[in-house]
Amino acid sequence: MKAEPSGVLTNMWTTQNYVAFLSDTFSLWIVGRTIWLGSLVTALALILSYPIALFLFRTESRWRGVLSVLLISPLLVSSVVRTFGWMIMLGDHGPVNAMLLGFGLLQHPMNISNNFTGVVIALTEILMPYMALALLSGFGRVDPACEEAAATLGAPPWSRFWRVTLPLSLPGIALGVLICFALAMSSFVTPQLLGGGRVFVLATEVYDSAMVSLNWPRAAVQSVCLLTLLLLALAGLNRLTKSLARL
Amino acid sequence: MKTSMIQRLAVAALYLFLLAPILLTIAMSFSNDPVIAFPADSWGIGAYVALMQNQQFTAAFGVSFVIAVAVVLLCIAAGVPAAYAIVFHSFPGRDALLLMLTAPLLLPTIVLGLALLLVFIKLKLIATYFGLVIGHSVVALPYLMRMAITAFENLPPELSNAAATLGASPYQVVLRIKLPLIRRAILAGSTIVFLVSFDEVVISLFLVGPRLTTLPIEVFNHVGLRADPQVAALSVILVLLSLAIVLILERTVGLAKALK
Repeated sequence: MKAEPSGVLTNMWTTQNYVAFLSDTFSLWIVGRTIWLGSLVTALALILSYPIALFLFRTESRWRGVLSVLLISPLLVSSVVRTFGWMIMLGDHGPVNAMLLGFGLLQHPMNISNNFTGVVIALTEILMPYMALALLSGFGRVDPACEEAAATLGAPPWSRFWRVTLPLSLPGIALGVLICFALAMSSFVTPQLLGGGRVFVLATEVYDSAMVSLNWPRAAVQSVCLLTLLLLALAGLNRLTKSLARL
Repeated sequence: MKTSMIQRLAVAALYLFLLAPILLTIAMSFSNDPVIAFPADSWGIGAYVALMQNQQFTAAFGVSFVIAVAVVLLCIAAGVPAAYAIVFHSFPGRDALLLMLTAPLLLPTIVLGLALLLVFIKLKLIATYFGLVIGHSVVALPYLMRMAITAFENLPPELSNAAATLGASPYQVVLRIKLPLIRRAILAGSTIVFLVSFDEVVISLFLVGPRLTTLPIEVFNHVGLRADPQVAALSVILVLLSLAIVLILERTVGLAKALK
């Protein structure tokens, strides 16, 4: 990275920007925050998408095609538009607060936008179609006959799910977790807009460094940090999948 | 296998969660209030009327449209021959080329945007049509490449062989057999490329300037200010555009296949 004594870029190479970034507790806090956001959103997206994917896999309803298209089509709607929808939904005058106030459950509007909670809710919804798509492709490899065989042999529904269906759908889960984690950690639009300038993750910091404080070396260091995290996540998950496959 | 009532209710609730922001945006686009509040005090199509008269938005719409069309043309011109070369020829560096042309799908756009900014600022390409078209093509090309590669790979070789046996020259085989046979994949790929470019925000944020702004950037900047029904109306128009593209994809190659 280039040095910047007074904000002017020079052609000298230095590690000083990395030292400055890594010795700053705020930037380490941001790294932690980014990983936390990625993990939380991925876990929620997995929990919420799994029933949908399982339903679409099992159902024989004639609505199956329509429901599949409905599931995936939000992917084609711009993330700005979907984030905007959540800004209205979670705002102080939005339907969620209006309803809770109307039922007398709350005295004051709940703070669920312009903060971390709002970003987690919206990002979970935005990434659910990716997760569901990955899960569905994983289910594609599960033979329904396995479940039926377990049922014939007397396994109750819950144990059928835990011991047959879930293990067989693990490859899909691994793929979905990987995609969601990567997308959640590198998401920019939702934290920036719904965070209301109060949610700091690596992606928003890259933008801030590059476009607001015009500190390009710092932006570059933050980008490299984000890329490193993604590569580590990829490698870690790859090992995990392999060791699971051996079980 | 049969599904229970509880399961169906749970899935319905999850679908509601998934579609809620879009449905709410559609509803609020018919609010006549200056600032969105739920429920609205008065309803009407005021937001749509205001939107049509908003020159900032209409100008940005034009810019985005021109850029998206240029990106589609560039991606077809570059992607189809590249896919052809990768599928039908072997040459040194083929795998590396394939990786380079499809890798941007995995790179965070924020990192890509910063990289493009640092390069383009030296080349004086910031806030130019050329710069934006190149920037969007970097992220859009992989989609078209993948579809074209899959389509070329699935072509039955007998057809080309038969044409060649009947005296068609190699060029005729490509132009009259192979390309027409993958035109559905190219059409599907082009629609995705168009949408990716038309909706692209993050890379554009780094590459636009006061002189040249795209529609998503106008929306992005506007959304930060206040909850304006005009933005909701604009969102509905963008959703309708996406819907048209969903229908095209579903008719040509199937939506699930297209997004893989």
